[in-house]
Amino acid sequence: MAQSSTLLGFVHRRRRGAELFLLVLALLVGVGAYAAVGIGVEGKVPADIVGYGGWLAALVIAAHVVVRVVAPYADPVLLPVVAALNGLGLAVIHRLDLAYETDGRDSTPSGFAQQQLIWMTLGVLLFVAALIILRDHRTLQRFTYTSGLGAILLLLLPMVPGLGKTINGARIWIGVGPFSFQPGEVAKVLLVVAFAGYLVLHRDALALAGRRVVFIDLPRGRDLGPILGMWLVSLGILVFQRDLGSSLLFFGLFLVTLYVATERPGWLVVGSAMFLGGAALAYELFGHVAVRVNVWLNPLYYYDDKHGALSYQPVEAMFGMGWGGLIGRGFGEGSPERVPYANSDFILSSIGEELGLTAVIAVILCYGLIVERALRAALVCRDGFGKLLATGLAAVFALQVFVVIGGVTSLIPLTGLTTPFLSYGGSSLVANWVIIALLLRISDQARRPVPDLSGSDDDAEADSEATQVVKVQ
Amino acid sequence: MNKPIRTISIFCLLLFLALMLNATYLQYYKASSLDNDPRNRRVVVASYARERGAILVGRTPVAESKPSDDQYKFQRTYAQPFKYAPITGFFSYYNQTGIEQKQNDVLSGDDSLLFVTKLVDLLSNDASKGGSVQLTIDPDAQTAAFDGLSALPGDVEGSVVALEPRTGKILAMVSLPTYDPNKLASHDLSSVSSSYEALSQDPSEPLLNRAIQTRLPPGSTFKIVTAAAAIESGNYDASSQVPGGAEYTPPQTDNVIDNEGRDCGTGRIPFAQALENSCNTTFAALANEVGAEKMAEQAEAFGFNSHYLDDLGPQAESAFPTDPNLSPAFVAQTGIGQYEVAATPLQMAMVAAGIANGGTVMKPYLVDEVQSPELDVLKKTEPSELSQAVSASTASELTKLMVSTVDDGTANPAAIPGVEVAGKTGTAQSGQDNVPPYAWFVSFAPADDPQVAVAVMIQKAGIPRDEIAGGVYGGPIAKAVMEAILQ
Repeated sequence: MAQSSTLLGFVHRRRRGAELFLLVLALLVGVGAYAAVGIGVEGKVPADIVGYGGWLAALVIAAHVVVRVVAPYADPVLLPVVAALNGLGLAVIHRLDLAYETDGRDSTPSGFAQQQLIWMTLGVLLFVAALIILRDHRTLQRFTYTSGLGAILLLLLPMVPGLGKTINGARIWIGVGPFSFQPGEVAKVLLVVAFAGYLVLHRDALALAGRRVVFIDLPRGRDLGPILGMWLVSLGILVFQRDLGSSLLFFGLFLVTLYVATERPGWLVVGSAMFLGGAALAYELFGHVAVRVNVWLNPLYYYDDKHGALSYQPVEAMFGMGWGGLIGRGFGEGSPERVPYANSDFILSSIGEELGLTAVIAVILCYGLIVERALRAALVCRDGFGKLLATGLAAVFALQVFVVIGGVTSLIPLTGLTTPFLSYGGSSLVANWVIIALLLRISDQARRPVPDLSGSDDDAEADSEATQVVKVQ
Repeated sequence: MNKPIRTISIFCLLLFLALMLNATYLQYYKASSLDNDPRNRRVVVASYARERGAILVGRTPVAESKPSDDQYKFQRTYAQPFKYAPITGFFSYYNQTGIEQKQNDVLSGDDSLLFVTKLVDLLSNDASKGGSVQLTIDPDAQTAAFDGLSALPGDVEGSVVALEPRTGKILAMVSLPTYDPNKLASHDLSSVSSSYEALSQDPSEPLLNRAIQTRLPPGSTFKIVTAAAAIESGNYDASSQVPGGAEYTPPQTDNVIDNEGRDCGTGRIPFAQALENSCNTTFAALANEVGAEKMAEQAEAFGFNSHYLDDLGPQAESAFPTDPNLSPAFVAQTGIGQYEVAATPLQMAMVAAGIANGGTVMKPYLVDEVQSPELDVLKKTEPSELSQAVSASTASELTKLMVSTVDDGTANPAAIPGVEVAGKTGTAQSGQDNVPPYAWFVSFAPADDPQVAVAVMIQKAGIPRDEIAGGVYGGPIAKAVMEAILQ
């Protein structure tokens, strides 16, 4: 397999101390932002700062300890970056809670931030569980087809009468009691596993067998068929559920994993052509797609009631971000609550308004770090499944960030996705924590020293997990 | 598989680079145009959080911000709402008008004049406060004008403007009907919307500042402009004989102009008698004698067809036809302030003030001083000359004629015992059968040392049609305003 020769003889350091140091900085961001919200909005440090900060610290440190024990060679940057983003998100959601309270607007009884903290706790628990249970990411390869089936079932769930809920025109939620959940967020992870598992097995057949048509070597139908079918089903479901953002996400994921598995750039060309064709078709066929594109091209025109106020949300976000300028208004000094769904899809506009371009760039850089760290894990990973899995997760993450931030800042038409770790929303937060657990697991496998197979068992004593790796394979 | 992974990572890098560039474009390059979008409520809301400066008349604020205990920190309040609304305008969540709009930078504290104040506030961590605007309005004159106009019967539509001839200061500016700006400055936004809706749909147009936005035929008050053109032509002075007679038929037409029964003699009559009795035949004939071109020049010298008020807006330009080949029938009509002649009350006050000021028309202004929050004067408006409408000698001849119009003629209701008053009445045909004529009155006093020039315009009031006359209804109002200044 693609075991890079340069890696032989090079031993990664564990860097757990560096991770701890970065985590302290990340906590400073989270707790500091929470305190700043209190000072900015109410003029005093929140009374529950110790309890809140303590809880946040406990979660983050617990995650760190588990990583230190079960994935000692894991990438040291991922967890701190995620902790910083999650902490910042909590503070901004809290800020918006306070704004909704002054407005007398409906909020959940305990506030969105409180809910989000519960979700974050759940996310960290699943993160820990994933790291402990999944000692080797290659185990997941066994669940290739199960994952694919699971993904499709999850995507179908919202269509079940009585269970599914339509929110803002998209039927992508299921409601259980007071909780809403977006199964698509979990399906996303399962789909990456399924794609990676299938493609790594069939990559040679896909890349080599088949006929050459013009520039492209088309694979045999029996090789490509299953994955194409799965992709079409998931895409079809999404189109009927009117969730454009996720459709784009799954398409991008399909394309990227196929390209990486086959190493044929032609797939990117074909895929881009298909995407453009599909986009043009969607523009013609679906009224709501055309509307979104027009709104994106002339946001200020559609702002007024007399033009349907279709662009009220993106334009308010633009006004807010412009008003924030380079360094922002400061917590409590802006009015981010003017943007509908400011605490979920549009949380970045709240950050842009009150913390300025500086913070927006910082957030984008954090996402960039996560993506590039994930791809780095893919690069050094020693097995093809791990490479594909890490690349797929990185691609999903990068595309999601691009689509949502691009939509909020009017770079591309608005599609509606959550901003990972920042946005209010349980399904997204939990799923993303699990993604990070998977990435850490892959990077741990990738960075740990190559087990010395020639030596006796005594040498491997300090590294019992490494020994297990070999057994699994 | 590493090569495609590297390609993907470059691709991701480009995606994030695009996001950062776009965010920079939005929050840096595009920020100011977004902030200046009138629909951007954030900027307005932010202005509610800062103590806005006061609008002062005398030493009394007519608009000021008072601490508020609702969601915004300050509440804009208007102490004498109806009397001053056409000047102050209103400061609402949705928009601003009048001085509130024109002086917004000063009042909100954004003006560069207030830079030092803002810097000090920033350093001392004080919430910065806006500067104040001192108006030229004389409170007594404003009250006299408002009370006088309001006292007319029925639902009055009209306006009074008083000027200080020497400087161009606006001493009074009243417009009826008026409105309560407090209702539009309320923090209860739904009631603001419904109040605004009601005001803007009201057929009597209470939001209109009739002093500067309504232009109507000035009728006989315009005869002093015709007289000015005649005297400027060099052929006449106050003691000259002018064409008189009961009827005048302009050349090349058979449109007969008469005097509605007033005594205008036969043949030639004294200039004083012509103005005292407001002889249409005389001024129609004089206008044709002077010619269309010279008439237009004279009107424009007083400010017609031009924009001269910077402190309030929007301003309607008073109109005088400029076609040099206007047919004599129409020229005759312009000579008595009809046809396409239309003037705002401010314009007619400027005609009177120009004559009072030895022929020099001063640029009218409303903002006397801009003050810091600590009431230090940051900027004081210097009077400036708008035009030399007539020569000093013409002005003094016109003054003589207007004095005799008050002493012995139609403008007598404005006479003030012991003070020499110059004036002229006007009753202008509206040109529409179902709309009553408009009553006008212009005057200034004292004639030998003018302190105040006034124009009164009554567009509509509960007066029977045949009783409408500028002298009877406008004269006493002008008199009250002049007395308020002269006391």
